[in-house]
Amino acid sequence: MATKVLMEALSPTMEEGRLVKWLKNEGDQVKTGDVLAEVETDKAVMELVARGDGVLRKRLANEGDSSAVGTLLGVVAAPDEDISALVNAAGPKPVASDTTTQPIGKPADAGDVIAKAKEFEGVTSMPAAPRQSQGEASTPPQERERRGGQRIDTSAHTGSGTATASSARPRSSPLARRLASERGVDLGSVRGSGPGGRIVKRDIEQAPAAAASSHAAGARPARVGDYQDIPLTLMRKTIARRLAESIGPIPTFYLTAEFDMTRVAELRAAMIAQGAEFKVSFNDILIKATATALEQHPEVNAHWTGDAIRQFNRVHIGMAVAVEDGLITPVIFDANEKGLADIAAEARALASRGRERKLKPEEYTGSTFSISNLGMFGIDQFTAIINPPEAGILAIGAVEDKAVVVDGAVVVRKRLRVTMSCDHRVIDGATGARFLQTLRRMIENPLMLVF
Amino acid sequence: MSSFDVIFIGGGPAGYVGAVRCAQLGMSVAVVEREGLGGTCVLWGCIPAKALLESAYIAEKLKKGAEFGVTAGEVKLDYGVAVKRSRGVSTQNSKGVEFLFKKNKITWLKGDGRTTSKNSVTVKSADGKEEKHDARKAVCIATGSRVKGLPQVGLELNKTTVLSSDEALILEKAPKTMAIIGAGAVGCEFADVFAAFGTQVTIIEVARQLLPLEDDDVGAELARSFKKRGITLLTNAKLGDVKIGKNSVKFVVDVAGTKQDVEVEKVLVAAGRAPNIQDIGAKELGVALTERGFIKINERMETSVKGVFAIGDVAGPPMLAHKGEREGIVFAEYLAGQPHVHDVNYGNIPNATYCHPEVASIGKTERELKEKKIEYKVGKFPFSANGRARTSGETEGFVKILSDPKYGEILGAHIIGSHATEIIHELAVARENEFTVEEVELAIHAHPTLSEAISEATLDSLGKMIHA
Repeated sequence: MATKVLMEALSPTMEEGRLVKWLKNEGDQVKTGDVLAEVETDKAVMELVARGDGVLRKRLANEGDSSAVGTLLGVVAAPDEDISALVNAAGPKPVASDTTTQPIGKPADAGDVIAKAKEFEGVTSMPAAPRQSQGEASTPPQERERRGGQRIDTSAHTGSGTATASSARPRSSPLARRLASERGVDLGSVRGSGPGGRIVKRDIEQAPAAAASSHAAGARPARVGDYQDIPLTLMRKTIARRLAESIGPIPTFYLTAEFDMTRVAELRAAMIAQGAEFKVSFNDILIKATATALEQHPEVNAHWTGDAIRQFNRVHIGMAVAVEDGLITPVIFDANEKGLADIAAEARALASRGRERKLKPEEYTGSTFSISNLGMFGIDQFTAIINPPEAGILAIGAVEDKAVVVDGAVVVRKRLRVTMSCDHRVIDGATGARFLQTLRRMIENPLMLVF
Repeated sequence: MSSFDVIFIGGGPAGYVGAVRCAQLGMSVAVVEREGLGGTCVLWGCIPAKALLESAYIAEKLKKGAEFGVTAGEVKLDYGVAVKRSRGVSTQNSKGVEFLFKKNKITWLKGDGRTTSKNSVTVKSADGKEEKHDARKAVCIATGSRVKGLPQVGLELNKTTVLSSDEALILEKAPKTMAIIGAGAVGCEFADVFAAFGTQVTIIEVARQLLPLEDDDVGAELARSFKKRGITLLTNAKLGDVKIGKNSVKFVVDVAGTKQDVEVEKVLVAAGRAPNIQDIGAKELGVALTERGFIKINERMETSVKGVFAIGDVAGPPMLAHKGEREGIVFAEYLAGQPHVHDVNYGNIPNATYCHPEVASIGKTERELKEKKIEYKVGKFPFSANGRARTSGETEGFVKILSDPKYGEILGAHIIGSHATEIIHELAVARENEFTVEEVELAIHAHPTLSEAISEATLDSLGKMIHA
């Protein structure tokens, strides 16, 4: 039985992927679960596995090619099976929309696939035509009847009914479709978080209204001359899209405060003196303190969802980590409830796996508030850009010895400047300031953390 | 000493279902359980209570037999026989779970379990012997909950005159008079059972309606029905001056300042359940609890101690078997590293009360929507206008659907009436998949069925009801 090798949505926000490397050659025997290829998503390099047993009969994508989720990349089948219908139907673009309606991970039934491929025979040369008319032209009345509901549905909810073969209609719930059509959200621009990647209500609520559909524009060739074009990696594209989304519609303001780190430094020194297993960084302590402070300030530990402010009872801290060609924000879940040892170990592990681009999607999604630290680069103060839909991010500078006045005398103290970027739709000036007050109390009296 | 991938402490619905799923996913599994398999649900809750309710249903139905052209001879009611049948059903179900254990090669460790470290459990058997077992991947606490009585008002459970549901399930005969404290699901179900078996029942509830967590209209409808059957209802009621005698209990009930003396043969305490967290080693390990004393868990069912998990009643409300079962499954799938695990959707768990008329609901009540200032539309259809309900002579109740006026999202659904607990699932499926009232209505409903009332209620939401 033939099984299609499809570009799968390997991360929640993935819209396309780049085939980095084939790990199996045409003619190789493969079993379900075998790694066929490495795929670069917008976040990481991940493995694409076989969904059926057989021989990798055909590789349809070249190494380095980017393709949309759902694109046919290859075919696994029995050695003597006729796969020509499948391969022909693939053409230059994926086999129209029906491929993506197949739940991810469920191997397609060969008979089913071939029947569908036949249905589209003769029209593959016009991939941009609306797919409904193709269906009507070549399907028997009974088949048309069966698909009727879906047809009405599509035109009613996408409005135009001009879904093209290259932007197949994504799976979505009826409620999500209704919300999307009311709010002018293009379903093609939304990544589904429901079962099997289905678009559900929360995805529409989190999508910016009337989001422009993202163009999967091909990389422009570099030119020799007075400037150089660097092709965008998928990660760079995602960073650009996310950050532009952020600085545009988010009315941001900044609050800066300087904390005395003397006691934190003493605490850290005392712990390190106890042995290597107690080694914690300033950053670990700051994560713990921020999380504990957030627990007391749910109004800051919040998301802007478009039509509501979602305050969280649990604290999941996103921790910006610089990687070779970008950044990623792995999450320390329930950081307020974890001990320093756990936070230190987890932060180290997440950062190093982030740099190796081995983080799983669930490890870098779900944060309620984020921290970005450039102290190690000697930056004493900066502003960070909010990671939407979060309402705030804390930018942490370097811990420095400074002359300060204490009780009328000039003394040298360890000081730290932090700047919180706040989404004013969620956090008002005084709200943010009160949060920083709590955080200052924790940092300047670290024993509060065990209280 | 043996070694397993996972050890469950507790073989109730959460524990045994989690164990089966773990075994299916290739893990070696043991379940510690001192009593029979199946837990409170199978032995002392859902199953035996439903068996008694069926007896009650037949008793009530026979009273109307003549109307249907069926006149039975003298109808004799024998609670003892009903109890015997109920116990038989429980045993059958428990044996069924034992069979599932054998089929899935799950080890039953008989005795009391206690976590002695993150990856070991000590089991104390009935003869006092202790044995330690290793749990390589996870220890999962599924110890459930128990009735705690109301010692704060002087109603300490004594198994003779002040009973919990455990004793009520094995009474030899129905008492002449009984006061039921608490009009939640358990209270209302036992009121139904004992009233059917001839007991003069008085329900005492501190909140303002029967089934306080259900929609107000539902509480009112049930009250009407219960009153018709001669059950005395005292809501907004406070209880005091409790005097426990040898063969009776006396107390004073205060309803809005008016006091009345009550004397009954038995009191059934149907309020207050507490999680079983004593003597299971959770505290010693430092497992964090919620304010209400349940074990805190995350979406993977993990507690504050890595490697130690909790599911079911002990891990927090709603204390429902089906919630525990799903937590067991989700726990197993995360542990096995399955892709695309569907997290427990705590906002979409159906409630079911099996008294007659039955009550079932899902989602928010009208009261909650008002409090949260969420806009809504009511679609309602009475069973008195439903053909199938008329044929069976069970026309009490209605279907009420609360939907978003703009998008038709089903915010809540409330059914009171015959077989409500069966037909609610159409709406559970609809909500889980985000169908709106329109999609529910688009599906053709067979005629004549009770489910047509759901279809009509959705039509009402859309302003196009046909049959009323």
